[in-house]
Amino acid sequence: MSDKVLMKGNEALAEAAIRAGCRHFFGYPITPQTEVSAYMAKKMPKIGGVFLQAESEVAAINMVYGAGGAGARVMTSSSSPGISLKQEGISYIAGADVPCVIVNIVRGGPGLGGIQPAQSDYFQAVKGGGHGDYHLPVLAPSSIQEMVDLTSDAFDIADRYRTPVMIMGDGMLGQMMEPVEFKESQQVALPEKDWATTGTGMKRKKNIINSLFLTPNELEALVLERQKRYEQIAANETRYDMVDPEADIILVAYGTTSRIARTAIAMAKEQGLRVGLIRPITLWPFPFEAFEKSLADGKRKAFLSVEMSTGQMVEDVRLAVNGRADVHFFGRTGGMVPTPAEILEQIKLIAGGNK
Amino acid sequence: MEKVFERPHALSETVFHYCPGCTHGIVHRLVAEVIDELGIEGKTIGVAPVGCSVMAYNYFECDMQEAAHGRAPAVATGIKRVHPDKVVFTYQGDGDLAAIGTAETVHAAARGENITIIFINNAIYGMTGGQMAPTTLPGQVTQTSPYGRDPKTQGNPIRVSEMLATLDGAAYIERVSVDCVKNIRAAKAAIKKAFQTQIDGKGFSLVEVVSTCPTNWGMSPVEAMDWLRDNMLPHYKPGVYKDTTESGKEE
Amino acid sequence: MRHDIIFAGFGGQGILFSGKVIAYAGMNENKNVSHLPSYGPEMRGGTANCHVIVADEEIASPIIVDATSLVVMNGPSLEKFENSVVPGGKIFVDSALISRKVERTDVDEYRIPATKMAHDMGLGKLANMIILGKVVKETGIFTFEQLEGAMKKMVPASRPELLENNMKALKAGYDYAE
Repeated sequence: MSDKVLMKGNEALAEAAIRAGCRHFFGYPITPQTEVSAYMAKKMPKIGGVFLQAESEVAAINMVYGAGGAGARVMTSSSSPGISLKQEGISYIAGADVPCVIVNIVRGGPGLGGIQPAQSDYFQAVKGGGHGDYHLPVLAPSSIQEMVDLTSDAFDIADRYRTPVMIMGDGMLGQMMEPVEFKESQQVALPEKDWATTGTGMKRKKNIINSLFLTPNELEALVLERQKRYEQIAANETRYDMVDPEADIILVAYGTTSRIARTAIAMAKEQGLRVGLIRPITLWPFPFEAFEKSLADGKRKAFLSVEMSTGQMVEDVRLAVNGRADVHFFGRTGGMVPTPAEILEQIKLIAGGNK
Repeated sequence: MEKVFERPHALSETVFHYCPGCTHGIVHRLVAEVIDELGIEGKTIGVAPVGCSVMAYNYFECDMQEAAHGRAPAVATGIKRVHPDKVVFTYQGDGDLAAIGTAETVHAAARGENITIIFINNAIYGMTGGQMAPTTLPGQVTQTSPYGRDPKTQGNPIRVSEMLATLDGAAYIERVSVDCVKNIRAAKAAIKKAFQTQIDGKGFSLVEVVSTCPTNWGMSPVEAMDWLRDNMLPHYKPGVYKDTTESGKEE
Repeated sequence: MRHDIIFAGFGGQGILFSGKVIAYAGMNENKNVSHLPSYGPEMRGGTANCHVIVADEEIASPIIVDATSLVVMNGPSLEKFENSVVPGGKIFVDSALISRKVERTDVDEYRIPATKMAHDMGLGKLANMIILGKVVKETGIFTFEQLEGAMKKMVPASRPELLENNMKALKAGYDYAE
């Protein structure tokens, strides 16, 4: 098909951001996401956009804060250790209600860790990361096409709810190539950015972008107002994918791991085992609804959370299941990717009545 | 009756929270007067720091963003890259600019980022109650240098203007003081020139204002001014450290 | 149809590009494709490999566990991946660089002195394309015309000599008989 192009995940994501109207990108090199910066460096000057290689991840995220506050569609990208450095800025951005998109192409940790794919930043992404009462909508694509589609969604969610949004991939998604199609984006109606620091033009009262509120009841009111927005996000933006949710054994996996889980499910089928899949696309808000649907038939089931971590998302799976089914975990970490055979092994153990 | 003195338009009616005798009020006013005189209030966007002037966004009438500690030059960079036709300034203290935000400061200058920084150097951390700053003088007593700053163990003060003047991206760097009327007038001229440098698209401009902190220095405002003249100015000499503007070339 | 091909060798041999040609040709023919490169701190001279899948059905895991074909352009890669090939699969060896034979007896081995051929033909670094021609011929994954169609789209029109050399190399491999 002529309208498809073969692209690396990192580059496809960068192109998708540009097509979503992103004209400002601030980054700092780190493997395995550097292609995002390289692509932006090449493209932005040709379309009147700005690519700036900052002196640090800390500076980059604060440039994003400035540019987002000034009303631009802005993005930064990094990988795990760099995302840790950005947490200060992310908290301020959330606290000042500034829309922006942050990409984390996750690698193994903690510390400098490794550079191979991992999902061990789940907690950091969905449980806070920075300080304070805030949430970050987190989108987890599992293919290059989805990286493209979700990038456009990420900017819309950011603008609609005035929130930073994270796209969380991993080294494998960043580096691999698949055919992608850049669809004409639907022009969705978004609120006007009348709060941005664009200069008053002596025509309106000044705008202040700020996260400092020294009066406790004022700060509480603001945090609670933001909490209401989070509830709206949960109601309107929760995304997931399901395969055979009526099956007795349900795998729960996102991103790269969900691809491997699908192969394991096909292998299980060949051996006469019926296995389903819940694939969270938004990690926050977590798709509790999918679990309700799966549990609606009242049959006792088992869920198996498969991750490239020592067990992070499984905590949300337990919250979603809330004692109504058995919850198992299988993971590899440190840059190791689970094989379909390993997952099949776990499925068989569960099917055989393993406690 | 003819009005001979009034609040600059760019300065809000909010009452300053600064201590009696603090020079922040003077410098805020100078910045606001300059904004008025240049007629740029409607196109100016300011960035407030963390430190005593953390609530500067309440005092200026232009659009403002509040930055994390030390990050104001990065935030200003983000704003300026979105609105290159607007005037973007930061207002930062010594801890913010020369300790936690050193990298952001140096690299904004090195990039020749077309922004203006108003840098208040009073040799101490004010908001947290008088700790040693990167600009605290040798021998100066603070809460965290109770026996006087010992350069052997606590390092040496940083001369920010001299350091930044070595960078190619810096267009205009001047150190001034606000200890007397004459110097206050000179400070205003420097601030105006810094903003004009930006408006002319020349690149990075910074005015270092040697200031007092009577409360944390443990002095009366008048004693603080004397201390500034006797101790600060010999170490932080006022003057133009970099000027690549036309008028600078003529001098 | 489904082909799971691993390409492996030194960085700088054009390993990733070989894989890209297959993936691109697959996309051109409306197949599902994935191209997963190894990535690491080594650049030129380090090891490089990529997993390329071309399939009618949707591709779940892009990581190849059972390769239908393996292309190796250095000794260590043969050691590393020989056992990744399914019984009845194919192993393509640059015999100019790898002297040892494939040990397994349940796979088909194709030996082609690609690096020597490229040198002799004045095609410099195009040993990867020579061996790729052989892969296309023996696997039947694409016709030579389909391969040519893909190359024409991949090589910039501003570099006609590049296309010509690549096609020459692909043809030499395609026509090579042991």
